Amino acid sequence: MSRYFTEEHEWVEVEGKVATVGITEYAQEQLGDVVFVDVPAEGKQFDKGDEAAVVESVKAASDVYSPVSGTIVEGNDVLADEPALVNTDPEGDGWFFKLELSDPSELDGLMDEAGYKKFVAGL
Amino acid sequence: MSMNNQGRPTRQVEDVAAGSERTTSTGNRALMLEEALIFEIGDRNRTGVDLPEAPKVASRLGGLERKAAISLPGLSEQETVRHYTRLSRQNYAIDLGLFPLGSCTMKHNPRLNEKMARLPGFADIHPLQPIQTVQGALAVIDELGEWLVKLTGMAGVAMSPKAGAHGELCGILAIRSALEARGDKRSVILVPESAHGTNPATAAFAGYQVEDIPAKPDGRVDVDALIARLAPDVAGVMITNPNTCGLFERDLKVISDAVHAAGGFVYCDGANFNAVVGKVRPGDLGVDAMHINLHKTFSTPHGGGGPGSGPVVFSEALAPFAPLPFVERLDDGRLALIEEESAQDHHASSFGRMVAFHGQMGMFTRALAYILSHGADGLKQVAEDAVLNANYVLRSLEDVLDAPFGAAGPCMHEALFSDAGFAEGFSTIDLAKGLIDEGFHPMTVYFPLVVHGAMLVEPTETESKAALDQFIGALRSVALRAKQGDASLHSAPHFAPRRRLDETLAARKPVLVWTEPAIEQAEAAE
Amino acid sequence: MRYLPLNTQDRVSMLATIGAGSIDDLFVDIPEEARLTGPIRGLPMHAPEMAVERHMKKLAGQNLVAGEVPFFMGAGAYRHHVPASVDHLIQRGEFLTAYTPYQPEIAQGTLQMLFEFQTQVARLFGCDVANASMYDGSTACWEAVTMARRITKRGKALLSSGLHPHYVGVAKTMARFTGDALVHQAPSLNAETDVDALIGQIDKDTSCVVVQYPDILGRVSDLTALASATQAAGALLIAVVTEPVALGALRSPGEMGADIVVGEGQSLGVGLQFGGPYVGLFGCKQKYVRQMPGRLCGETVDAEGKRGFVLTLSTREQHIRREKATSNICTNSGLCALAFSIHMTLLGEKGLRGLADVNHGMAVTAANRLAQVPGVAVLNDSFFNEFTLVLPKDARTIVRELADREILGGVSLGRLYPDEPGLANGLVVAVTETTTPEDIESFATVLQELLA
Repeated sequence: MSRYFTEEHEWVEVEGKVATVGITEYAQEQLGDVVFVDVPAEGKQFDKGDEAAVVESVKAASDVYSPVSGTIVEGNDVLADEPALVNTDPEGDGWFFKLELSDPSELDGLMDEAGYKKFVAGL
Repeated sequence: MSMNNQGRPTRQVEDVAAGSERTTSTGNRALMLEEALIFEIGDRNRTGVDLPEAPKVASRLGGLERKAAISLPGLSEQETVRHYTRLSRQNYAIDLGLFPLGSCTMKHNPRLNEKMARLPGFADIHPLQPIQTVQGALAVIDELGEWLVKLTGMAGVAMSPKAGAHGELCGILAIRSALEARGDKRSVILVPESAHGTNPATAAFAGYQVEDIPAKPDGRVDVDALIARLAPDVAGVMITNPNTCGLFERDLKVISDAVHAAGGFVYCDGANFNAVVGKVRPGDLGVDAMHINLHKTFSTPHGGGGPGSGPVVFSEALAPFAPLPFVERLDDGRLALIEEESAQDHHASSFGRMVAFHGQMGMFTRALAYILSHGADGLKQVAEDAVLNANYVLRSLEDVLDAPFGAAGPCMHEALFSDAGFAEGFSTIDLAKGLIDEGFHPMTVYFPLVVHGAMLVEPTETESKAALDQFIGALRSVALRAKQGDASLHSAPHFAPRRRLDETLAARKPVLVWTEPAIEQAEAAE
Repeated sequence: MRYLPLNTQDRVSMLATIGAGSIDDLFVDIPEEARLTGPIRGLPMHAPEMAVERHMKKLAGQNLVAGEVPFFMGAGAYRHHVPASVDHLIQRGEFLTAYTPYQPEIAQGTLQMLFEFQTQVARLFGCDVANASMYDGSTACWEAVTMARRITKRGKALLSSGLHPHYVGVAKTMARFTGDALVHQAPSLNAETDVDALIGQIDKDTSCVVVQYPDILGRVSDLTALASATQAAGALLIAVVTEPVALGALRSPGEMGADIVVGEGQSLGVGLQFGGPYVGLFGCKQKYVRQMPGRLCGETVDAEGKRGFVLTLSTREQHIRREKATSNICTNSGLCALAFSIHMTLLGEKGLRGLADVNHGMAVTAANRLAQVPGVAVLNDSFFNEFTLVLPKDARTIVRELADREILGGVSLGRLYPDEPGLANGLVVAVTETTTPEDIESFATVLQELLA
């Protein structure tokens, strides 16, 4: 199991062929209180960089881009009733969606935790 | 990123002043009266009107009688007057004081305009009356249109758009129609990143792709970047002038010439026309279309959010594509209303109808009364005083507030500040809420997006020097508190009818209509 | 220049504070060749109140005032009595001269009013929720069509032949640019609406069916079957109400299953005003709320736990979502919404039902009387306060001749459908509580003379 990060402040946790995607602690802090999350339905296909989900706070809206290509196996439906999970546990229970990777080599272009920390520190 | 994705605090951090105030059994505080909802104080069997007896006839409703309760509460006339009077007192308004909401142009609303709009000859005429019975109404539209054309130096005007954003749509549809008429398929509209949100939303609503154009460090459009992007796929640019940083786009003519040379059109967002009316004509700067917010420049009332009115002036190139209907003076001096029927002969290129009937007549009468009151000389003075007042605010406060473009020269009708220099943990919202306690409506906050923690102050020309000095003093004191880190600002306002409201709760669990408590309880019990 | 408080002395002292030598120094960013030096030529100079009033009154005097003559016009704008307290209250400066409630702590008056308005509209329409108003009925109607496209991801809208032709016109204009397909034809002079025909036209590409209730000819029919058929095909039923008073007597579209109900609120509180400003009403089912256009007011609490109201779900809107917003609307029709809401509060359900009874009773009385005019037939079997007469000759000419006799005798279908010669003899007649028995008698008598 390994965790990757993107410059769009998403994290990707890979287990076998399935990647779990969410937004980072830094991203949730920027957004403020999250009030609504729209996650993709099972079976939807995305190319790397497609708009896959939307996260909204009171005065902000942000697209969440799929960091890798693949097919959605599950969206986190709990977020519909408890969007606050994105604030309280962004890198755990506040995950957005799981997708089956169609091109695992895309992971090579992402950052590891240390790299992401450095990236955020430079912002 | 394409969207506004910077959140900001919407709940107060801690309530420092809680418990320090005395409470009353009613919740009222002397003249500040709490008021329940009509659903809590009225009932469906009460009414505040007397009606004539209904004739005794056999119903012809086709068996569709509404039998179930509608549950609309009624109040007596006295209760109604009191309900809305009490509610009104919980609002800030121009009539109460300076309302420096940048970009919105909250200027004094003369009551002559209200009186004129209520003349039965304007207020009590039907939009489809035979033309011979509404010559005076058409004359108002014609006369106001002529003023707008002359003030802007343009060739034609469409009067029907209902508000500024509707006017933007009108202008963009005219551009698209003109391009289509020459068989030119273009797909992109360029919009500076400092633009009002309505600009990209309008271009998208009209079927265009939107591309951002960056600003330069001096707050103006990056002309080189814009010109570099011009290509056969660019239908036009939407540019606000003066722009949302309160600065005049000096190079608009250069931009217009380049856009025209590349086969595109220039849309000017006229939201800030009040800064330059009588000082420069957009037509002289190469603009092809511009909407004019009658509720901004020409002082029709904002009414708690509308109605607005957004006539659009057009260049020679775009005028033939303007929407229906419009007023035309016939050779015999009578006025005609050109609708779908006669358009085929008179106005074959029109892109069609944008709205039922003919536009915001009630706003036309008010705006015309305002314009006639000021005249050509007064309107020029309007722009000069608006700009003078804004620069006075800018220069009186730049020692305590960061003015990101202050060094670049004078501003136009609004002064822009940022939250740079505030103590750690203090943001624009704290200053805004602190200003409420001082008895002022805050300025526009967090807009334009190109400036961090932006504060856009538009005093308008209808403020006296004394009023400005009082406002400057209040803003100075609150700014100093934000710089010193006065924690009580986090819980401001302390003296408004409500403390900071929980917008997060409102958005997470939206309650948009009132529900009977009994019903809520029954649902909860299920 | 009575609206400008600064005097010369103020200006001089302020320029000194700024450090500018003259006012021109503040306009240096306008290119010199474009800068105007004096007042624009060919335009009058400033004028005192009296002079402006004289000019405006002269223009107002050139119009025939609806309230001074027998008046029977409708077709999307209706003349009702507006209680005096409505206009008094909307002219309170705290309502009239406030703006969109961006700072909720000092805008609770407007916000609570909007919350009440939304609830009134939702209940009137039989919808779960309603927004804080749109420009007018015609633009609300197009917004509903685009909302149905977003929800269904389909692009073909079926417009009933009974939909107001101006509403159809707006939709046609917009659809040409957005690429939506519209299916529509002009109405025919039948007693029945086209509800059954619409059911047959729904297919898998249909995003919505748009039906007016009562329709442009004043006809009413049950929408229940149409709602079921529309939804069974995965499309939405949009009902359009141009006369909200009708819903004091008629079942609401929401009760009959409509997904979105839009309307023109002008009838209550707003007045005729030659067509604007009016107020667009917009309601829908709860499940579609995030796809709604326009502002929404919601209930919440303040830091002390007191109930209060805020604008909410703003992330749908242009100032946040920019090119991805549900609509480009910014300014709404707040003051007209206030007038609507006050009028509705004065009426209450009891008053609204009573008002609807008077309207329907007077309309039936008028229809019966006009049917006695030789050569005139009433088209409708059922109607609320508006019905269509079929005359033996071109109705447009008759309307003009009636106006010459100072009677505003309805809206001719020739004015509304200039390209449809088959409709030329149709005359749409509206009757409200403001119509007197004497008005009806004058209308019938003069009509008979003109047709003789």
